[in-house]
Amino acid sequence: MSKLDSKIPEGPLEQKWTKYRSTVPLVNPANKRNLEIIVVGSGLAGSSAAATLAEMGYKVKVFCFQDSPRRAHSIAAQGGINAAKNYQNDGDSVYRLFYDTIKGGDYRSREANVYRLAEVSGNIIDQCVAQGVPLAREYGGLLSNRSFGGTQVQRTFYAAGQTGQQLLLGAYSALQRQVGLGNVQMFARHEMLELVTIDGKARGIIARNLVTGELERHFGHAVLLCSGGYGNVFFLSTNAMGSNVTAAWKAHKKGAFFGNPCFTQIHPTCIPVSGEHQSKLTLMSESLRNDGRIWVPKKKEDAEAIRAGKKKASDIPEEDRDYYLERRYPAFGNLVPRDVASRAAKERCDAGYGVNATGQAVFLDFMYNMKEKYGRAEATKRGISNPTDAQLKELGKEVIKEKYGNLFDMYKQITGVDPYEEPMQIYPAVHYTMGGLWVDYNLMTTIPGLYALGEANFSDHGANRLGASALMQGLADGYFVIPYTIGAYLSTEVSRMSAEKEKPDAIDKIKTKHPAFDEAEKAVKDRIEKLLSINGTKPVDYFHKRLGKVMWDKCGMARNAEGLKWAIEEIRKIREEFWKDVRVPGTNEEFNPELEKAGRVADFLELGELMCIDALHRNESCGGHFREEYQTEDGEALRDDENYAYVAAWEYKGDGQYELHKEELKFEAIKIAQRSYK
Amino acid sequence: MNLTLKVWRQKNAKSEGKLVTYQVSDISPDMSFLEMFDVLNEQLISKGEDPIAFDHDCREGICGMCSMFINGRAHGPLTGVTTCQLHMRSFKDGDTIVVEPWRAKAFPVIKDLVVDRSAFDRIIAKGGFISVNTGSARDANNIPIPKQNADEAFEAAACIGCGACVATCKNSSAMLFVSAKISQLALLPQGQPERYQRVLNMVEQMDKEGFGNCSNTGACEVECPKGISLENIARMNRDFLKASLIQKPKKETGGGAM
Ligand SMILES: Cc1cc2nc3c(=O)[nH]c(=O)nc-3n(C[C@H](O)[C@H](O)[C@H](O)COP(=O)(O)OP(=O)(O)OC[C@H]3O[C@@H](n4cnc5c(N)ncnc54)[C@H](O)[C@@H]3O)c2cc1C
Ligand code: SF4
Ligand code: FES
Repeated sequence: MSKLDSKIPEGPLEQKWTKYRSTVPLVNPANKRNLEIIVVGSGLAGSSAAATLAEMGYKVKVFCFQDSPRRAHSIAAQGGINAAKNYQNDGDSVYRLFYDTIKGGDYRSREANVYRLAEVSGNIIDQCVAQGVPLAREYGGLLSNRSFGGTQVQRTFYAAGQTGQQLLLGAYSALQRQVGLGNVQMFARHEMLELVTIDGKARGIIARNLVTGELERHFGHAVLLCSGGYGNVFFLSTNAMGSNVTAAWKAHKKGAFFGNPCFTQIHPTCIPVSGEHQSKLTLMSESLRNDGRIWVPKKKEDAEAIRAGKKKASDIPEEDRDYYLERRYPAFGNLVPRDVASRAAKERCDAGYGVNATGQAVFLDFMYNMKEKYGRAEATKRGISNPTDAQLKELGKEVIKEKYGNLFDMYKQITGVDPYEEPMQIYPAVHYTMGGLWVDYNLMTTIPGLYALGEANFSDHGANRLGASALMQGLADGYFVIPYTIGAYLSTEVSRMSAEKEKPDAIDKIKTKHPAFDEAEKAVKDRIEKLLSINGTKPVDYFHKRLGKVMWDKCGMARNAEGLKWAIEEIRKIREEFWKDVRVPGTNEEFNPELEKAGRVADFLELGELMCIDALHRNESCGGHFREEYQTEDGEALRDDENYAYVAAWEYKGDGQYELHKEELKFEAIKIAQRSYK
Repeated sequence: MNLTLKVWRQKNAKSEGKLVTYQVSDISPDMSFLEMFDVLNEQLISKGEDPIAFDHDCREGICGMCSMFINGRAHGPLTGVTTCQLHMRSFKDGDTIVVEPWRAKAFPVIKDLVVDRSAFDRIIAKGGFISVNTGSARDANNIPIPKQNADEAFEAAACIGCGACVATCKNSSAMLFVSAKISQLALLPQGQPERYQRVLNMVEQMDKEGFGNCSNTGACEVECPKGISLENIARMNRDFLKASLIQKPKKETGGGAM
């Protein structure tokens, strides 16, 4: 048997999930109470999984590094969540959502998983509404939808610009209900620092209590990693300060393969970098592309004048503006997928048409739709027959405010510029990682009993994720997939337990005494001591920023073989220096944020190398992975389906050594084609 | 710009704390308040001193983790803004800025500017939910909800659980936080079955945690970064009164207990 068995059920695509779901072995209620499940992470994936598994009767332990599960970074998602409800009667269907996702991912995802995702998408919306999640509604009281990139239907559900917050608070409520009922034990301000395996199976974790520094041993019959994405390897990204790869990376080093590590999403609409001090980047939701038009000046001298502060956007007459997305992609216009929009922005800026002081920005302009689309409609509604320009703007502004108010406020707060008057300036930034731990159809990694959910797995998004699909995937994994698929493994655990006469209530005490726990704890302790004892000259951030710059320059929006080879060498050097010269203040036995950061950056310094290795080996361009050597004449990504239609799953073989395994992707329901948005 | 900072330093929950003075220079007006702290911490680390611990994560005003009491005001001088979204352009060269942690009996200090807000989670666990197991929901459009109710519920649900309301209140009352959740669920048809039991259970837990009473001063509303309205407190009080009349508080947990 090959090592990479994706365990896709037999049968026609549309029946795989329904059939599998009803045949997967069940665990009887009495046994569930004896089974413990560890969930690392309390974002959409972790909270929804933990709440559901606890409702089913399992004993669940949840871990997160923030002070409350409600603060997981899912909270920051703005724009929306997709579901194939077809409430707008615009021709949407499960198949269409499936098709859009496969195409958007540039044919690098697994058909069966994506189809299942589309199938359960509708249930997610039902579940959330039942929990009291206040999604946006129309005047008739029914749910409202908007459009997102890479699609031609309106299937995105939202709650103003705070969709992630509302969905996460829904899942968090469900989780807290189970905490209140005693079915879930919550460990906030805890960080998983090692995975424990016994006889090749996941059996628990070592977690550090971030307040006291104490190392704790936790046993589980299964371990679910729901620890989010690793975009912070770039230092600057739209992720939260604490977002990290540590949990996934520890699992990787214990034998879990890492899938497509180089597939990174660079989001086209973020607030541009303003200076050296910057600690993170802020996203301006993709939903803004519904009403914002993207442009740069047609004339270089106008761009230069804007950069020098001599001209403003409003000084450039209509005929001198280049709406380059509308020009290049007339069918999708401003709503092309993210990778396409990001590259197009980079192309214009590299060609010298960029607009802010650094030349690394383009305009996102609402004026036209504010006046012509909304202003005019409002005027008609109110019976104003010859509205003045000022009236149109005023009326339109109200509508824009209702739709995107909090985003406009956020933009103004950060930049000091009022986007109702001047267009926003935006530039691409690291946002999401399609890569992650390789999982099979059950969401199990290559370590039996270890699962990965949400952004932490290599996921259903191929080489590029469509907007509003990560929230959908996280909740699909947690609410509707894992509760079934985990039965396939846990039922075998039940048989084993009864064969071995394992006494359930004694488990924790006996099992965490196993030598594997001693060993894992010692490894964590040694590493912490090492970090604290180097006592070098440079703070952790110094190394993180250097790594980030290498990644952004060489493994960012455009990559080439030469740059990647250089980056691999450079990252090795930075890593070596880090372990000689980092300064981590304080001790282990206290609340020590610098120590936490040091551990995370040490892992990024290994992951960064693997990302470059992966990007170097993939001699094609696809989705967010753009190799300059492989492009069409008009600068579009050029795939090589003959040689690269596979998931690259890397096995850790010791420091800087990785072995490639391939999961061939078969396309049966969809004809693989050149992706076009023209 | 150059600034003088007076920052609360406290080694852990058991030790006593005090204000310590630091100087920072070359601060750009485009920096956020937390980025200014990053600069200060880098200075401290390179001098071999202990950096200042503070809570933060998203740095975009939504996770509710950041929590600094700046010049006597929760989240600083601006209205409607969290600490992470406060920018240095709100200060002047030469200013002295005093930075303290949230202070409330129910929020003990962990270290420096970091406090323990887990009391909020325990209140939610007593009733801040609708008891619906996964898989038992019906079609989302089956129950239309008047847009106005949905919008009002959303406004209440926008609370980020930061605790600024508690830190601001002279009685350390958690009424604004608790009432926001109660209102959100009371405004929706799905929240009706557990409505009155919920308010009793959550209020009971709130009192247990050691939060003070509400004396209708309204300071919380002013300092709330998400504009959570005092109307929520009024709504909660009405529900609480009604609930006390129609049923006795149960000892067990909320509608979820079954
Ligand atoms: C600014 C922004 C806007 C976005 N907008 C959208 C959108 O509109 N629509 C959309 O579909 N997607 C959006 N996304 C993407 C989406 O939000 C994320 O992919 C998704 O929320 C990830 O959820 P998650 O549950 O996998 O991880 P997260 O929500 O990131 O949760 C990770 C959890 O793991 C915990 N954790 C991590 N490491 C450890 C460890 N070692 N030990 C213990 N705990 C650990 C954390 O504490 C946290 O609880 C957006 C992303 C960002 C950054
Ligand atoms: S009510 Fe306002 S101040 Fe209080 S916790 Fe919620 S968001 Fe913070
Ligand atoms: S850091 Fe998240 S709200 Fe301030």
